Amino acid sequence: MSTEVIIAGLYVFALAAFLGYQVISRVPPLLHTPLMSATNAISGISLVGSIVTAGAHYNTVSTWLGFIAVTASTINVVGGFMITDRMLRMFKRQPALKKNSAQEQERT
Amino acid sequence: MGLWIELTYLAASVLFILGLKGLSHPETARRGMILAEVGMLLAIVGTLLHREIISYEWIIAGLIIGSLIGGAISIWVPMTAMPQRTALSHAFGALAASLVGVSEYYRHGTGELGTFKMTALSLEVLLGGITVTGSLMAFVKLQDWIRGTPITYRGQNVFNMSLFIVTVGMFGYLIYDPSVHVLFYVMAGLAFVFGVLLVLPIGAADMPVVMSLMNSYAGLAAAATGFAISNNVLIIAGTLDGFSGFILSILMCRAMNRSITNVLFGAFGAEVEASSAGAFGVMREVKAEDIAVQLAYAGQVTFVPGYGMATAQAQHAVRELANVLEARGVTVKYAIHPVAGRMPGHMNVLLAEANVPYSSLYDLEQINPEFSSTDVAVVIGANDVVNPDARDNPKSAIAGMPILDVDKARSVVVLKRGKGKGFAGIENPLFFKSNTGMLYGDAKASLIKLTEAVQHA
Repeated sequence: MSTEVIIAGLYVFALAAFLGYQVISRVPPLLHTPLMSATNAISGISLVGSIVTAGAHYNTVSTWLGFIAVTASTINVVGGFMITDRMLRMFKRQPALKKNSAQEQERT
Repeated sequence: MGLWIELTYLAASVLFILGLKGLSHPETARRGMILAEVGMLLAIVGTLLHREIISYEWIIAGLIIGSLIGGAISIWVPMTAMPQRTALSHAFGALAASLVGVSEYYRHGTGELGTFKMTALSLEVLLGGITVTGSLMAFVKLQDWIRGTPITYRGQNVFNMSLFIVTVGMFGYLIYDPSVHVLFYVMAGLAFVFGVLLVLPIGAADMPVVMSLMNSYAGLAAAATGFAISNNVLIIAGTLDGFSGFILSILMCRAMNRSITNVLFGAFGAEVEASSAGAFGVMREVKAEDIAVQLAYAGQVTFVPGYGMATAQAQHAVRELANVLEARGVTVKYAIHPVAGRMPGHMNVLLAEANVPYSSLYDLEQINPEFSSTDVAVVIGANDVVNPDARDNPKSAIAGMPILDVDKARSVVVLKRGKGKGFAGIENPLFFKSNTGMLYGDAKASLIKLTEAVQHA
């Protein structure tokens, strides 16, 4: 790996770290659980690495490891975004309509 | 073609950051997440065009199976089980990262790996391995499959440290000479073992810190993957995740006035409590009807939920009681301690599920000055976060931990399952105060009883 590639990678890492710190310290404690599931879904981007490993047929072992990795990271991506949305939908500013709350009651 | 793929990755990175920025307010959060989802879709479609891919059957199989499992979990998991789901997802993310790492090593391990790539690969497998088993341990503890109290044995810290040093030693040697295959796989194996040993001595009450740390490790493992396969979007997303977890762990530790080292190696709550000043007197047991009268004629009532509310699934019952009180003109607020529950933000999500508007949820700093003007503080299955000893008794095991000052309210009602001590095994003088009434029993049942009694008051 050439020095330029390494240094460019480290630049990206350092800048992402600063940016991440700035952005994430603004997230209110109210949304810390959705934040955790959202960042988890986003880091499921390791799916892109898994996809190449699963599809490139380097050798049988790599293909199998890649297949498991694709499955695991897809669980995170799909599940993570869906559950984040499910949580965020629940956060409401105004008191919700009585009808909704009655329905919620019946379900539990 | 390569350029197009890189461009989709760039777009994905920007969209991820915009998405997280949206989370700074509940109003913009959902829109932000849609941006992040679009980013993810772009990156995946871009990757499918990668020239090294020669067949798609395994990719498609993985995508379908993963979507089915992920979708099913997220539709059916109850909100009270959110900590368990999050622990599992950390394990999945880290598993993917470490498997890609192992595969890369298996493919290149015969000496063509440079120092830098080998460092990244080893870090990826190390962090990934620790996170997989560490998160699974956390899951098992949260799910109550094994007891939540710390599991300790003589020489535990020394043993763990030695194992850690051995593992790091192997890591160092592999960077010097990547071609020793056995060493790499032994190191990966030790990382998995270390994850179990790391979480074993940590009590369930400290889970918010563990969850945040595992969040951080899973992210950093993904970032290391990015370095190993020279992929910038992976570095960016992994770093964002890693730092998010890191910030959360610092916030959680601060909310308990403990250091990360103390949480990880302190086995908190295992030792028999000796420092408390002995018995404080008698706890006053009260009847639901008496409390109902107090509540019905109060000006302001503040609910203080803890993990007990989650275990009793009592969030809807709290909301019902609040509805009845609000209909009578009582001001109802909710005081949320940062480490109430088993993960950051746990209580907020549960109350939001029960349709409590987020404008009624207050942080520690916001609500503490208001307790002196609160008529009744209702503590629902919380203990250590309302223990005045943390503030007043420098000898207490939790001295210095920021607490909710419920003892300053005109009267306090504590809903508690039984007369036993709280999770950390620490006496709570709040329960012995003259203006504190104890209502024993399942939190949900007690709340329903209170709601009926208030309706008749």
